[in-house]
Amino acid sequence: MRTRVSALHLMIDYTTFEHDVLVIGAGGAGLRAAIEASAAGVKVGLICKSLLGKAHTVMAEGGMAAALANVDDRDNWKVHFSDTMRGGQYVNNWRMAELHAKEAPDRVRELEAWGAVFDRTKDGRILQRNFGGHRYPRLAHVGDRTGLELIRTLQDHGIHQGIDVHMEVTVISLLKDGDRVVGVFAYEREHGRFRVFKAKAVILATGGVGRAYKITSNSWEGTGDGHALAYHAGAELIDMEFIQFHPTGMVWPPSVRGILVTEGVRGEGGILKNSEGKRFMFDDIPDNYKDQTARDPEEGWRYTQGDKSANRPPELLTRDHVARCINREVKAGRGSPHGGVYLDIAWIKEKLPNSAEHIKKKLPSMYHQFVQLANLDITTTPMEVGPTTHYIMGGVRVDADTQASTLPGLYAAGECASGINGANRLGGNSLSDLIVFGKRAGEYAAQFAKENSHGSISQEQIDAEAKRAIEPFDREGGENPFVIQNDLQDMMQRLVGIVRNESEMKEALDGLRQLNERTSKSSVTGNIDFNPGWHTALDLRNLLTVSEAITRSAIERRESRGGQFREDYPNKDPEFAKFNIAVQQDAEGQMRISHVPLPEMPAELKQVIEEMG
Amino acid sequence: MKATFSIRRGGREGGELVDYATEVSEGMVVLDAVHQIQAESAPDLACRWNCKAGKCGSCSAEINGKPKLMCMTRLDTIDITEPVTIEPMRAFPVVKDLIADVSWNFEVKKRIKKFKPRPPDAEDGTWRMQQSDIDRVQEFRKCIECFLCQDVCHVLRDHEMHDEFIGPRFLVHVAALEMHPLDTEDRITELRENFGIGYCNITKCCTKVCPEHITITDNAIIPLKERVVDKFYDPIARLVKIFRRK
Repeated sequence: MRTRVSALHLMIDYTTFEHDVLVIGAGGAGLRAAIEASAAGVKVGLICKSLLGKAHTVMAEGGMAAALANVDDRDNWKVHFSDTMRGGQYVNNWRMAELHAKEAPDRVRELEAWGAVFDRTKDGRILQRNFGGHRYPRLAHVGDRTGLELIRTLQDHGIHQGIDVHMEVTVISLLKDGDRVVGVFAYEREHGRFRVFKAKAVILATGGVGRAYKITSNSWEGTGDGHALAYHAGAELIDMEFIQFHPTGMVWPPSVRGILVTEGVRGEGGILKNSEGKRFMFDDIPDNYKDQTARDPEEGWRYTQGDKSANRPPELLTRDHVARCINREVKAGRGSPHGGVYLDIAWIKEKLPNSAEHIKKKLPSMYHQFVQLANLDITTTPMEVGPTTHYIMGGVRVDADTQASTLPGLYAAGECASGINGANRLGGNSLSDLIVFGKRAGEYAAQFAKENSHGSISQEQIDAEAKRAIEPFDREGGENPFVIQNDLQDMMQRLVGIVRNESEMKEALDGLRQLNERTSKSSVTGNIDFNPGWHTALDLRNLLTVSEAITRSAIERRESRGGQFREDYPNKDPEFAKFNIAVQQDAEGQMRISHVPLPEMPAELKQVIEEMG
Repeated sequence: MKATFSIRRGGREGGELVDYATEVSEGMVVLDAVHQIQAESAPDLACRWNCKAGKCGSCSAEINGKPKLMCMTRLDTIDITEPVTIEPMRAFPVVKDLIADVSWNFEVKKRIKKFKPRPPDAEDGTWRMQQSDIDRVQEFRKCIECFLCQDVCHVLRDHEMHDEFIGPRFLVHVAALEMHPLDTEDRITELRENFGIGYCNITKCCTKVCPEHITITDNAIIPLKERVVDKFYDPIARLVKIFRRK
């Protein structure tokens, strides 16, 4: 259906689509949700910001964590659950961590039934590898391209399920009928035409916010769209202060700074050294990990080679800790020439014959990435690495079982939802999160769609959104949105990065006010067809919203825990272990902070944690 | 130091090469130059990109006439003393600037029968496969769907036989399914009758441009051609057929 409205002096057309369940985002969580909803017998639409199969999930390298116990039969859901809670510093939603640990094995096996081809054990089962914070080898993987395998498997299964795929469409806002979310307003990229999608239930699966920072492993799409859409519609976001800085991103050459170097390098025996050649990770092992960590390099090596009596090397401590140790070495003047430290996998030639072939087989895409982008052979030469903004633990506050947000009709899954990871996510828990909670979101959104009819969308909402969207074309002589985005990324990197303090973050809030002001005066040139300047102008609103949420939440949490390190409050404070910090838009449009008490963990799960040590 | 990039500008109706000069620095790739030009002087310059690490296959283009990923083409591997031309892939219609309309590829994939596994090997619903039996399929599954192989294939690029031939990308996809140890589906008849495998005359251009170094022709297309031959042209099988008819 095509409708015409007048906004400013332009006449704007829009086309209306109707689905029972609309999924926004086509990475692992969105695809899995769409498949599940479709299987439940409702009409499903799937919106991709890019082409199908290109979502950021393809960048996941190491694997997906699931206690299959194929490699070490001591593993089970209880160990996985307690590892996840410990990694998250116990501010996780215990129910999500429980469901995730229990259901991940089935979700992984299901992928095999849909055609995924995981690496194998000697007896022909799915092989599992070691990863930071996981007590036993737990990550099902395909070399170092597990994310590609996940997305391609879901894509190739999904295209035969009768899902309507809308590629290169970006959602500008959620549309409501009273409190309930009943659709979205969007544009398609080729001609910049507006679209209204009516839906009985909407699932956000939009991924992360990495583009708020200068050094990031995230693609251009990671602009916090789902976070911001939910927030502006009135939903609550929690844990926004918890950002994961992955310890190992590339640092040289400048143009590739931030690109991920998989934790799998360390899982296969790679070690971290400073400019003095010292293996510094042995110097700083947190107390609660001491009895799970190798006493010396020899034990660490044995662990990476599958010796079940050995403990893991300190390079495989949680990501928040390893990132801070690297940061400390660099600040102390013991960094590499380009401001990182050395990650050395080449050294294993002392241990293994044919080590070069072994490395190329285990880490093929890392080998090619460094040869092609940095002119460096990782089988002979150590890599230079440093922390990169990788993942946000915070997101839309959801019900653990159903993934329903605090607004009726709105669901969220994957990185844009929050709860499972607490203050820090373990590597490998993201891909399994996508499929466990993607499935649940699809299931319960479909159920909601069956129980409710379409809501009504007022013409005023659509007119207002259309008007706001085309404003950048009506302003002349304003700033280029790319310049504002760069300035935002510089500022967030500088003031709300790995090491934070109150005065810098207050400065960041002032900076955000100015950036908001500049954005409201920015303008774009050219026509509306496939115009990246315009797309950036619209994405900026989301980036500014999530940046404010991150900063305000980080100021509020006056302690250090997981992904948040405050130099003015360097210790953990038990008071802050009792609640999550939430942000919500108030009636005046201001961001309001509140404390949401953590739900009480049932006795049997407390006992699991005690038993697991 | 400055370098000049001649970039195709314009929509579906037509376009022209426009020169942009920009500062280049150590380690830069072509996609960096395009982004720099967007930020400096042409914010409406359209290009696709996502991961910037050679993993998503979005930024395919023709650089000095050669099909490449912009994110993996370092400026120190090409001559930048002359203007560097950047154009969209030629085997597909252009949408705008560097964007090609690759929607045909997504339609083709839907026509290929999906994976159909044999019943599980174990009571817990799982299968057993040896690593040596899946190495071949894993090579095909490295594909990032950049469609550079489709772009360079003369059957599509020069003869425009998009209706009759599915192209190297989807022959690799069929190979990954046909050679999957668990798969029970049969796609050999379609290969011959609907997917046009016979049009491939093994010039190996696709293999040469594959950024994932998949040996498309030798490992995927030739074995599939052999399967087609075995099914339709095997002399003993033909004799058996003739006798059965009687």
